[in-house]
Amino acid sequence: MEVRRQALGGGSAVDADLLRIRQSSARRLLRGGDVEGPTPGAHLEDERIETDEMGEEELERYVHERVLTTTLDKAVAWGRSNSFFPATFGLACCAIEMMSIVAARVDVARFGYEAFRASPRQADLLILSGRVSIKMAPVVRRIYDQMLEPKWTISMGACCSSMGVFNNYALVPADKFMPIDVHVPGCPPRPEALMHGVLKLRKMVQEDPDMSWRRRYDAIGTEERASGASAAGGGQAARA
Amino acid sequence: MSTEARSAYRRMEESITLSPLGEPEADQSGMSLADWGGGHETQELLTLNMGPHHPATHGVLRLLVTLQGEIVRDIKPIIGYVHTGIEKTAEDKAYWKVIPVLERMDYLSYFFNSMAYCTAVEAIAEVQVPKRAQYLRVIHLELNRIMSHLVWLGTSALDLGAISMFWYCFREREQILDLFEMSAGQRMHTRYFQVGGVMEDIPRGFLEKLKAFVDVMPGRTDQYNALLHSNEIVLQRLRGTCPLDAEKLLAYGVTGPLLRSAGNPWDLRKAAPYSSYDDFDFKIPVGTVGDNYDRFAVRLAEIYESVKIIKQAMEGLPEGPYITTDRKIALPPRHELATSMEALIHHFKLVTEGMRVPPGEVYSAIESPRGELGCFLRSDGSSKPARVHVRDPSFVNLQALSEMAEGSYIADLIATLAMLDPVLGGIDR
Repeated sequence: MEVRRQALGGGSAVDADLLRIRQSSARRLLRGGDVEGPTPGAHLEDERIETDEMGEEELERYVHERVLTTTLDKAVAWGRSNSFFPATFGLACCAIEMMSIVAARVDVARFGYEAFRASPRQADLLILSGRVSIKMAPVVRRIYDQMLEPKWTISMGACCSSMGVFNNYALVPADKFMPIDVHVPGCPPRPEALMHGVLKLRKMVQEDPDMSWRRRYDAIGTEERASGASAAGGGQAARA
Repeated sequence: MSTEARSAYRRMEESITLSPLGEPEADQSGMSLADWGGGHETQELLTLNMGPHHPATHGVLRLLVTLQGEIVRDIKPIIGYVHTGIEKTAEDKAYWKVIPVLERMDYLSYFFNSMAYCTAVEAIAEVQVPKRAQYLRVIHLELNRIMSHLVWLGTSALDLGAISMFWYCFREREQILDLFEMSAGQRMHTRYFQVGGVMEDIPRGFLEKLKAFVDVMPGRTDQYNALLHSNEIVLQRLRGTCPLDAEKLLAYGVTGPLLRSAGNPWDLRKAAPYSSYDDFDFKIPVGTVGDNYDRFAVRLAEIYESVKIIKQAMEGLPEGPYITTDRKIALPPRHELATSMEALIHHFKLVTEGMRVPPGEVYSAIESPRGELGCFLRSDGSSKPARVHVRDPSFVNLQALSEMAEGSYIADLIATLAMLDPVLGGIDR
């Protein structure tokens, strides 16, 4: 992408004029040149003529070469997917292998996910590492509920995906009580396997930001919001 | 809110009585708590819920801690958050299929779990384990002990605020897991130990790699010592905090490094040698007063001793079979199946039904990184155990926590918990 910088000369009055001219010329450029507005400045005249003479395809290419377009959603998803904050939350055997992705060999910091957060309120990725017993399930659910959205979950290992080798009265698979984005198989999975799962999640968040759990579970519109009657800060947030 | 609608958690919390305590005793500095926080009429007890999700509880342990200021007055551990029903599941599986389930109890000492179980079955079925298998077992057990201590050291140092230790310890842990992967095929929960021996002989190149590891490990442990033993903060946090003498520890049934740190050299590897441990020359590190520093120092010293044992087992590794030749217990080798009808029958019986074990009861204990790991086994003569019960050292050791940490600062409670090294998978099973 070509980035061009032009200095704005003169006093403030001239600056305001120039800005207005540039804005309208950019609008004109994008819409194909049929926009009414103030006459563009003399230094932009050449370019204007140039684009006026272009055909439809040529103009399209011209814009593509000079303008990086993205949706805000995609830009945000790119940022989010490259900086997950996993919760420091271990359940059983897999927690040890989860700890080893932080260690030197796999080194999760290469991808920007090394900031493990002890509080679920600061985390946006919950790695369920180990077996979830029936006694633990409400706790896990509560931790998940305490995380702020957007949030993602990885079910690591056989136990919390399918109750694993045990498959008995004491355990409950995680899908029964919370949405899971990625399942990593293994007993326990190698750190590399978990890393692969995290990168799958990154891909999902980048390419399909709409594939959030709310979409999958048909739960759009069930977001909790601060009520207007509560504290002043909450009310403002709700209005915003 | 009506009483019925209250959650089980709320009811559990309410069941804890908070009786007011008298004037707090003055500590060494001669100042009472009242000097810091005004008159004692303004003081009240605070119940703090630690866990089950807490980075310093090493798993999903939940502690209800009653605090007076910063002083811990009462600790109530609540366990069962990773209850997996392992003992019950074991009753439903053939003897050789129990091993992988039981291995996942104490997930830092999986070789020990399977060892305790296998020795119990071997005792009840009167199986002789070949010498080579015993030595291979010792090598893997001691590697596992080092690995467990490394994870303990890394996470405990993390609790004390020394973050970089974690990376050093996990560097060596990866080396050990590479060895496990080489001999058994998996990093954790290897299912390498079988009733009557081990699953496979070690592959070519294993001993060279093992030698490279045991050559490097003492030096690395020296480095840990240099980092921690002369670290003022670590010493201040550990020295003299939360001691408990050997008598009280024994009364609680505490074993392992915790008991040895109080000066009692009880170690089942010496006291009741199993798996050829009497062939090796090694020492039992003991502490003096049983404070957190001793617990820390004993475990670090054990790493050197484990390396010594591995070296001797490696050098003296005898030739011979790696698993018993009793065809009623262990599978016949693959090449026999093509030529021997009898081998085929044995293979079929073992794979479909499993081995049959004569009726009886046995308790077999070994020394795990956390203490005496015992396996009680009752057989009714069928191919499935009638009862499997495990005496897990973490469970028993946890009882001593309140005795250790009551009356100390809450920061010392975290350090004590780290030095206790409980593994919740073993506690809850």
